[in-house]
Amino acid sequence: MNFLIEAFKPACSISIKFSDGKTRKRVPIKRENGQTLLAPLFRNQENIAGKITIEPHQGKRIEHNGVKVELLGQIEMYLDRGNFYDFTSLVRELDVPGDIYERTTYPFEFSMVEMPYETYNGVNVRLRYVLKVTVSRNYGGSIIEYLNFLVHNYSPPPSINTSIKMEVGIEDCLHIEFEYNKSKYHLKDVIIGKIFFFLVKIKIKNMDIEIRRRESTVTGATNHVETETLAKFELMDGAPVRGESIPVRLFLSPYELTPTHRNINNKFSVKYYLNLVLVDEEGLRYFKQQQITIYRLPLQDT
Amino acid sequence: MIADGVEDEEKWLAAGIAGLQQNAFYMHRALDSNNLRDALKYSAQMLSELRTSRLSPHKYYELYMRAFDELRKLEMFFKEETRRGCSIVDLYELVQHAGNILPRLYLLCTVGSVYIKSKEAPAKDVLKDLVEMCRGIQHPVRGLFLRSYLAQVSRDKLPDIGSEYEGDADTVVDAVEFVLQNFTEMNKLWVRMQHQGPAREKEKREKERSELRDLVGKNLHVLSQIEGIDLDMYKETVLPRVLEQVVNCKDEIAQYYLMDCIIQVFPDEYHLQTLDVLLGAFPQLQPTVDIKTVLSRLMERLSNYAASSADVLPEFLQVEAFSKLNNAIGKVIEAQPDMPILGVITLYSSLLTFTLHVHPDRLDYADQVLGACVKKLSGKEKLEDKKATKQIVALLSAPLDKYNDIVTALKLSNYPRVMEYLDSETNKVMATVIIQSIMKNKTRISTADRVEALFELIKGLIKDLDDAFHDEVDEDDFKEEQNSVARLIQLLHSDDPEEMFKIICTVRKHILGGGPKRLPFTVPPLVFSSLKLVRQLQGQEENPFGEEESTTPKKIFQVLNQTVETLSNIPAPELALQLFLQCAEAANDCDLEPVAYEFFTQAYILYEEEISDSRAQVTAIHLIIGTLQRMHVFGVENRDTLTHKATGYSAKLLKKPDQCRAVYACSHLFWVDDQDNVKDGERVLLCLKRALRIANAAQQMSNAARGSAGSVTLFVEILNKYLYFFEKGNPQITVAAIQSLIELITTEMHSDSSTLDPAADAFFASTLRYMEFQKQKGGAIGEKYEPIKV
Repeated sequence: MNFLIEAFKPACSISIKFSDGKTRKRVPIKRENGQTLLAPLFRNQENIAGKITIEPHQGKRIEHNGVKVELLGQIEMYLDRGNFYDFTSLVRELDVPGDIYERTTYPFEFSMVEMPYETYNGVNVRLRYVLKVTVSRNYGGSIIEYLNFLVHNYSPPPSINTSIKMEVGIEDCLHIEFEYNKSKYHLKDVIIGKIFFFLVKIKIKNMDIEIRRRESTVTGATNHVETETLAKFELMDGAPVRGESIPVRLFLSPYELTPTHRNINNKFSVKYYLNLVLVDEEGLRYFKQQQITIYRLPLQDT
Repeated sequence: MIADGVEDEEKWLAAGIAGLQQNAFYMHRALDSNNLRDALKYSAQMLSELRTSRLSPHKYYELYMRAFDELRKLEMFFKEETRRGCSIVDLYELVQHAGNILPRLYLLCTVGSVYIKSKEAPAKDVLKDLVEMCRGIQHPVRGLFLRSYLAQVSRDKLPDIGSEYEGDADTVVDAVEFVLQNFTEMNKLWVRMQHQGPAREKEKREKERSELRDLVGKNLHVLSQIEGIDLDMYKETVLPRVLEQVVNCKDEIAQYYLMDCIIQVFPDEYHLQTLDVLLGAFPQLQPTVDIKTVLSRLMERLSNYAASSADVLPEFLQVEAFSKLNNAIGKVIEAQPDMPILGVITLYSSLLTFTLHVHPDRLDYADQVLGACVKKLSGKEKLEDKKATKQIVALLSAPLDKYNDIVTALKLSNYPRVMEYLDSETNKVMATVIIQSIMKNKTRISTADRVEALFELIKGLIKDLDDAFHDEVDEDDFKEEQNSVARLIQLLHSDDPEEMFKIICTVRKHILGGGPKRLPFTVPPLVFSSLKLVRQLQGQEENPFGEEESTTPKKIFQVLNQTVETLSNIPAPELALQLFLQCAEAANDCDLEPVAYEFFTQAYILYEEEISDSRAQVTAIHLIIGTLQRMHVFGVENRDTLTHKATGYSAKLLKKPDQCRAVYACSHLFWVDDQDNVKDGERVLLCLKRALRIANAAQQMSNAARGSAGSVTLFVEILNKYLYFFEKGNPQITVAAIQSLIELITTEMHSDSSTLDPAADAFFASTLRYMEFQKQKGGAIGEKYEPIKV
């Protein structure tokens, strides 16, 4: 039996190590099977360097047509039968065709890599970065090893960040004004605001604020939109009267948010909305949605 | 259906408690293992039980108290957590991640309490944040309890003066600001409660609201305990803000309760110094608010304050407390035209009490109050409202109680005018109160003017005030009343005869209208009062003021004559007769023969014309005889006329024994010890003999009618008269006459027909024994008796 297993076992083990692997920040990443594991985190235009070690098993000789390492940036559309679109693809040839008899280490380096998009795990789309080491062989198939890593891109605080202020209402029924202190929030930000009631003729039971994420994906000619509610936060309990002003203070940190992505390679976009919902005693919902921008400040990786 | 509701509520409460306990259990476990995340999770779940809308405030309170206890443990945990190095700021943020607002805010308040204690942020900032965030609960009951929790956890952490939380940035102003804001919000929630739910359950809701009022009031209590609130701050900030809220909430229950609360929790001196502001709020309250009670309590407090120490009185004067209160009451009454008269009177009553306490020397104030009261009452019918009349009695009694002196009250010109609005029943009660006050305090009312005023006040007792029938008047009550009037008349006294005479005339003027039922009670005291004056004048040898003196006994007697005459008209002839005789005797002492004669004449006329009852005649004739006997003023002629008449009356009495006794009594009219000119032994004997004849006749009549002789008592009585005059030295009374009388009696006693009368026997025996005794005594008397054989 051992022989059989041996036969299907890769002929060698490949390990990829980043040169700053010990010090580099690692963040949790969710895998398809639901498990989370820690993956190293990079930024756009960083040098990605390291060592790749190939170790043949039990002194086997590995005959190959060359060893290469690729850095791939991929967008995977679930609705498109799991097709990948590589928006970045860099290759480094590590070895010319030949034989490997013993443990061999290849240093590699991609410098100033363009990684404009952040790693993203959505409902219908996934954007990921991966290092792919290929030992090409004629027989027995090539030996391939992947290593996922993450990319977060930071934005500076926006120079213009106006508040969101709006009066909405239903004539002779409900008239409110809401105000959120900013239109752009970073991931650990806190939304401060207030809801002012000018006119209340309906029997309000409670008022919530929701954070909604709208993920639009483009597959060929079709456009698909998926909206999820990431946060539901009760702002008010009971019915206010005219003149009441209800404070809003919503900490964003507990929620799994990502920065807003406007247009990722013409494939998808991710937008965030604040949805103010008033529920009356009959369960009717009155709501008003406002888009907000979410960005990532440096050192805000969980 | 209602029963079901209650049952359901019990069930919901039980379910709530169960849920709460379960989560509390997990929370404890998390606390024990220092698991912050779980502790937050389960505490939030536990607090979610408080989100229920199904419980009445009463039941909700039960649930709240359980949660409250658990939160204390959580607070301890948070405290330890910060000691273990967990940043309080982080903790403060962390609890705000809870999705449901109610648990979130309870947790926030709990952490906030630890936050303030940690002093990592100024207390005022934390407090401000908490009180602001709590706005999220707009449900009245839940909001009230949450804010009540906030008030509870923060009350020992206010940056009050002297508190450890006071600092450069934190001042008492912040503490006040915080409490005021919480108060305002709570009151709004509380007021809003009434609009929630169906109209048919309004009553139930009002009840529930009342149960919650202390939650709101607690804030005012907290305010009152803040040391740093000095008068200025109270005046400038606290009171205006509280009042603003009270006025603006436009809610009856809240306004009533909160005004009362303000009055009760803050110190008296603050009230005094802010009277303007405080009183200014009253007219702005809803018309249905029971202002009278609240204002009354305020005045009561101030009165007590004034009574507490004399040192504070200048303050009252300085702020013109009285005029301010007076104005305020006027305005309130104006602003609430529908206020029942009871309310108005209650207000004035309180104000009067106040001014009596605070300005006892300012009678004009008291009169002003009464005047205002009259003004309000005017144009109205007499009061029907029992409570209102009761209140007026209280109002009118206040000055009496205070001054213990009706004289002071009599100076209040509006006093009688208020009384006019009482129904006659109450008027009487009030009059009785006044009289009792006078008697209790032995007040001397010594001028005619005051008497006039006094009688004006008590006229309810003096005469029938209206034509209404008073069949239901209890006889005993009436007597009681009139007796007290009589006592009052006796109390009126002036040392100055001139004034006293005026008093008498005044009283007379008043009581003469009293009607037949009252006069018999009121005339005698007046008569005796007058006679007292007569005797006083008589005591003064010479009139020191010469001719100008107008008050002479003669004049008084004239008045008396007319006064007593009224009695004969009603008719009360017996009483009138007695009084005439009294007057006659007084005139006798004054040596006024014609006056005395006139009185006797009056008495005789009464006797002849009015007294027809035989028993009354007997009484009257004896009175006449007795009085006449003592008269020394009459000349022979007058005396003869009068005695002759009296003797004549005596002989005409209906019953023989009565005749007999009257006649032998008449014998004294002819023999007066200290009057030498009245020693007519012959006529004495005539009388006695006549009495004997009558006694004999009586005996025979008795024999004829009943077959047995009557008692010998009459004979023995006559014998005693004989002996009396014998001893006095009447020469007409001889030993022989006595001797024969004794024999007569003895014979009568032993005759067959005589009835046994042990009393008569004993009487006779003791008379004989007396004679024996006199004999043995020796001396002149003994010698006199010597010849008599017993």
